[in-house]
Amino acid sequence: MTEPTLFELSSPGRRGVRFPEPDVPKSALPEGFVRKELPLPELTEVDVVRHFVHLSQKNYAVDYGIYPLGSCTMKYNPKINEDMARLPGFALAHPLQPIDTVQGSLALMYELQELLKEITGMGAVSLQPAAGAHGELTGVLIIRAYHKSRGDTKRTKILIPDSAHGTNPASSAMSGYEVVQLPSDKRGNVDLEALKAACDETVAGLMLTNPNTLGLFEENVLEVTRVVHEAGGLVYGDGANLNALLGIARPGDMGFDILHLNLHKTFSTPHGGGGPGSGPVAVIEPLAEFLPGPIVTILEEGSDEVPPLYGFKMPSRSIGRVKAFHGHFGVMVRAYTYIMMHGAEGLRKVAEHAVLNANYLLARLRHVYKVPYDRICKHEFVTEGIWDDAPEIHALDVAKRLIDYDFHPPTNYFPLIVREALMIEPTETESKQTLDKFADAMIKIAEEAHTQPELLKSAPHNTPVGRLDEVKAAKELVLCCWFPERERQPA
Amino acid sequence: MNIPSELKYTTTDEWVRVEGNTAIMGVTDYAQSQLSDIVFFEFHVEIGDEVKKGGVIATLESVKAAADVNAPISGKVVARNETLTEKFELINSDPYGEAWMLKIEISNPQELNSLMDAVAYQKYCEEREH
Amino acid sequence: MFLPHTDSERSEMLKTIGVSSIDDLFQDVPEKVRYPTLNLPPALTEMEVSAQLQQMALANETTQDLACFLGAGAYNHYIPAAVDHILRRNEFYTAYTPYQPEVSQGMLQAIFEYQSLMCALTGMEVSNASHYDGATATAEAGIMAYHTFRGKRTRFVLSPGIHPQYRQVFRTYMSGYENLEIVGDEVEDNPMNYLERLGGLVNSNTALVIVQYPDFFGQIHDFAPLAEKVHQAGGLLCVVVNPIALGLLKPPGEFGADIVVGDGQPLGIPLSFGGPYLGIFTTRKEYVRRIAGRLVGETVDTQGRRGYVLTLTAREQHIRREKATSNICTNQGLMALAATVYLALVGKEGLRQVAELCYHKAHYAAQRIAEIPGYRVLNTQPFFHEFVVQCPKPVAEINEYLLDYGILGGYDLGQDYTALTNHMLIAVTEMNSREEIETLVEYLKEFAHD
Repeated sequence: MTEPTLFELSSPGRRGVRFPEPDVPKSALPEGFVRKELPLPELTEVDVVRHFVHLSQKNYAVDYGIYPLGSCTMKYNPKINEDMARLPGFALAHPLQPIDTVQGSLALMYELQELLKEITGMGAVSLQPAAGAHGELTGVLIIRAYHKSRGDTKRTKILIPDSAHGTNPASSAMSGYEVVQLPSDKRGNVDLEALKAACDETVAGLMLTNPNTLGLFEENVLEVTRVVHEAGGLVYGDGANLNALLGIARPGDMGFDILHLNLHKTFSTPHGGGGPGSGPVAVIEPLAEFLPGPIVTILEEGSDEVPPLYGFKMPSRSIGRVKAFHGHFGVMVRAYTYIMMHGAEGLRKVAEHAVLNANYLLARLRHVYKVPYDRICKHEFVTEGIWDDAPEIHALDVAKRLIDYDFHPPTNYFPLIVREALMIEPTETESKQTLDKFADAMIKIAEEAHTQPELLKSAPHNTPVGRLDEVKAAKELVLCCWFPERERQPA
Repeated sequence: MNIPSELKYTTTDEWVRVEGNTAIMGVTDYAQSQLSDIVFFEFHVEIGDEVKKGGVIATLESVKAAADVNAPISGKVVARNETLTEKFELINSDPYGEAWMLKIEISNPQELNSLMDAVAYQKYCEEREH
Repeated sequence: MFLPHTDSERSEMLKTIGVSSIDDLFQDVPEKVRYPTLNLPPALTEMEVSAQLQQMALANETTQDLACFLGAGAYNHYIPAAVDHILRRNEFYTAYTPYQPEVSQGMLQAIFEYQSLMCALTGMEVSNASHYDGATATAEAGIMAYHTFRGKRTRFVLSPGIHPQYRQVFRTYMSGYENLEIVGDEVEDNPMNYLERLGGLVNSNTALVIVQYPDFFGQIHDFAPLAEKVHQAGGLLCVVVNPIALGLLKPPGEFGADIVVGDGQPLGIPLSFGGPYLGIFTTRKEYVRRIAGRLVGETVDTQGRRGYVLTLTAREQHIRREKATSNICTNQGLMALAATVYLALVGKEGLRQVAELCYHKAHYAAQRIAEIPGYRVLNTQPFFHEFVVQCPKPVAEINEYLLDYGILGGYDLGQDYTALTNHMLIAVTEMNSREEIETLVEYLKEFAHD
């Protein structure tokens, strides 16, 4: 059923919450500045709660079932994380309070920085970036600042493999760099010869995702980072796929100089329907002075009886602030909780099981779905969603049909180097039973693609809405509903 | 697929019609069919601008892709088809006619030699289908 | 804890894969870096971790324990109980970005409603699905203006009345673009009095002028003449707003703003030591394709039923890559939901009431403080819920003293404006009772005597 919008539900005179009358004398309102109209809806609390409960019931979520979106690491979000982030001591602290009143928050941030350093093998961490793409921008600006500080102004290019997330080239372009795309070789690794040919004194750095977006470990990683370093460039690591490497291999040990992490992927903080995330940036020790700040540090060492005094410092040659205040503190609390519940052994098990689950699904599906780069994968793998003998079926149809089987579809049409890609990342928190049901559905759909293609074409069948007209949405651009009397004209 | 024989073509799927010293250009039927429904069109150059062969003159968007339109030839922009910014669906319905994009005063006629004829372009499109 | 497999399941799975151990899955990792020893604290149970974090949280003193007069970009407001109950719906907080619209209509409609509410509040025509925070939204306005003029206009005029951290973030974001001129906020004698000087900086090379409303000092300016000047010069005007203030004040859409940004934290989002918050970004229809970030649009399904989708995605980074408008891909989905629920609950009357409570209480506090010998309120312009107080001693000393009496004092403006050394920015909201205000006045007075 179509749920009315808040504006359609509105009835003049209704109130959801009341506030007390002022307990101070009123002052004259500022003449000429008071608005005449405030076109907000008028609803009771019951109206509002029911409306949003209705809306929530139209969403798939990881608390409902497997969410195998490749590159997104939709693992289960432990409930304790939520409670910890809402502890009044954390949730009600103002970001600009004197530091001696927020030692608890600062201690948590400091310890999280230390944990992330150890997990990644890097030398320093800034928790300020708000999300992965934000971390990337930060990282590329650090590359720029580093070369600039050495008076090296010839470096104008960033190398990016063709399998990379689209944010990599976008972040590089925003930082004023020219993007040079590197091809992949037959095993899905960076083409070493192409890399060597591209590496010269104009290269500022390489952005590398490992495991890459095909879910494959970059087998020549040590060679790749060596080649870039020899040419005087820095290696940036996109940490989107770090879930496969926890306790298995550290980016710092593999020659990465800068790395962003996605706390909302690897460290179980919920995705919130598209945010908030958190994208801390880790760097090797010599780059610490360029980090965005301020970052948390120990101002006075403690002793057995007295805890240390934590505070902020701005790195000496910082690229500057990338965000107001200190980053997404509430997300940090959740990630910290998660890491503390796992320890070293627990984190390694996370990676091992993420990889076990992905390989198990791959083994069950590779006979029915073509896997262009077929070798042991890491946390995810990519298949084609088309068959030569079922010409009208596309990856999108497979994805939509999965919804009929009550599963969230995998990522479609990414990475771009696989045609009609289906990118599948089960994560470690799914049981064998769930994986089997998912694989059974995928196999059934492959069969239907050949025998009853119209079932795929018309899917999904049992959702609140069917396939939506995206052309109409893009042409007419109805982005707002607040002026019912306004004619809805294309923008 | 419609590939008029009297036109010249680029590897980035633009067509050119030469009239005297003027080149009229747009995108091909192949390009519009690959993009599917166009939902947005925007010029990057104005009348009087000098464009270089291969430089970006406009952007096209469909719901699933975005593409740059490149100048097939160098020269001065002498006319723009202003109706396109409102009625971009013309690019889907009449790519070689009403959806012409620019008229360019040709500065280097030699460049015309580097363009494909219809037969070569047909072959070029077929190759990419596989 | 969150790993389900039994030993027998594990070996069955390995057999299906065709390997004999989990180690076999990692043979592609170079041996010399494989299996590092991580020096991490031992794993804790849920019970232990809960106890530890509660200890850490208790080490903080917060706005729950203290009377809060600190604002400066993050504000202590009442959050109706229903807001968090909705945010805790698993279907919202454990969902991903709504890429599959058929199973994401809940979040998509909520974002559509958020966009509508932001347009209503700011008086603008188009809102995106949100940015990270007010500072990054301000920076994105700079990038949007840069691209609107295709890099041909290179002057950006910033008011010194914009939050200092927002201006810092703006500069960081713009540092990748060569040869820009970012002017207007150079520290000078009288940072609160800038309006005329800003107008003088606008020229035909100006891409964007950014002002804040109410500004960092709480002042409410009439920006209509400035807007006219900017438009005459062919540039754009961006206004940074406090959304609560817009419950009372004329929206920037009515006085010529081209872009309105701000932080949505005051709309039902906890202070949470600085984040996650909510970056508001609205603009005019003609610039819709230049907006970075996500947009939700209304459409119909195959049966003509109303539904919502992410739209104009072709301009985003996963398709445009290095030619994208911006690299941003997440929004602040859950925070946008919080603001939507908050505004739905308080509604038309409630938001006006909250805004007026802030206004009246702040003005009462300002009057009372102005009466104390040794203190002076600098605001001569109309102001909203923050004002600048000249103090007889360094602000840090005063705040330390106030803290002993359970008061979280105002922001030390000397940190950012040398001309405002010993000046405190005081914020008053509906959460501050008259009694708290009287207590603040009493201890400010006592401190001046000591």
